[in-house]
Amino acid sequence: MLPHLDAGYNLACFLMRNPEDAEDVVQEASLRAFRFFDNFRGENSRAWFLTIVRNTSFTALKRSRADEANVEFDEELHSGEVPAMDIGVALDQAQDRETVRAAIEQLPEEFREAIVLRELEGCSYKEIADIAGVPIGTIMSRLARARRQLQTILSKSQHQ
Amino acid sequence: MNSDHQRIQEFLHAYVDGEVDLVGAQEIEQHLRTCEECLRIEQQIRDLHSALTNKGTAYRTPAHLQRSVRAALRREAKPESEIPWPRLALVAGTVCVVLLVAVIFFERPRATDHGLVDQVVDNHVRSLLAAHLLDVRSSDQHKVKPWFDGKVDFAPPVRDLTKDGFPLTGGRLDYLNGKTVVALIYQRNKHPINLFIIPATTERDTAPALLTRRGYSVLHWSHAEMNYWAVSDLNADELRQFAELLLR
Repeated sequence: MLPHLDAGYNLACFLMRNPEDAEDVVQEASLRAFRFFDNFRGENSRAWFLTIVRNTSFTALKRSRADEANVEFDEELHSGEVPAMDIGVALDQAQDRETVRAAIEQLPEEFREAIVLRELEGCSYKEIADIAGVPIGTIMSRLARARRQLQTILSKSQHQ
Repeated sequence: MNSDHQRIQEFLHAYVDGEVDLVGAQEIEQHLRTCEECLRIEQQIRDLHSALTNKGTAYRTPAHLQRSVRAALRREAKPESEIPWPRLALVAGTVCVVLLVAVIFFERPRATDHGLVDQVVDNHVRSLLAAHLLDVRSSDQHKVKPWFDGKVDFAPPVRDLTKDGFPLTGGRLDYLNGKTVVALIYQRNKHPINLFIIPATTERDTAPALLTRRGYSVLHWSHAEMNYWAVSDLNADELRQFAELLLR
């Protein structure tokens, strides 16, 4: 697990959108991977570990959403629209690290995981399909749509 | 051409990602040479990729998380590696107490036995010197046993072993540790055997254990709440045989 810790942490950060939650997820996923290593039959241990990180993240998100649902209704989360970037992001900052991270974090979950795995982790379509548990064709169309959304978000932040 | 254009656009992402086969790639490359729009889209995909990766966008595992994961996995790998000191101390303490009790239990009788052994041998020697070997002379166990009635506060088992070569010659009252005890006298080829019988304080039976004092063989055992001391100048093997006959 340790060689893939960076990949796992990176995915967890983008899925959880909160470094502390991501740390909890990685810690839990590492233990799970260790405990169930006997079940691992394939040769791609990175994809296997990333699958565990992804599933652990979504379980944690579901749990926290169930908690939040009782507190307040999140308008942004339930509107189909892609929310715009924070106003005031300077033009020259449009391409800096935080802007890019924030842009990715605005994508819907399934687009986000596809983009992170493809662009940042260099996973193949097959690997992403295995990790997300969907057909390769679905990954192909998700990536295309995710990129179009990202371009829109980044260009918006540039023009503000 | 137009339907071609739409189909190519669909596969442009896969093409940039290196996910289309060689034949497909050649077809797309040919289309890109003539289609400005597709070329522009292809460039946008590549630009986005650079924008995403050139800025160190990916999160890197903080050192403290690496350490804690490593530690958690080490704990998981060796669940027993953490020594349970309190439990270990408890176990060690229990072992010490058990050993101490065992030592006291087994050593104390033996320590007093040392004195008792000497007394037993003294009594044996005295009985021979003072010609006070017998108070009741009989080889009949049914005469010897009743003779002790009213003289000691216990009923000693009395058995004649004449047919086994250890004839009972009689009985005597004696003193051991300040108590009146029973002494039975057996004979083995002119060698007298003094068998002292003392009520035991425990119900624990012990096998005959041999000691030697001043050339005498002393055999001690416990059986049926009685302690036995057999003393003689017989050799050890014959004295053991005697004890085994009595225990039979």
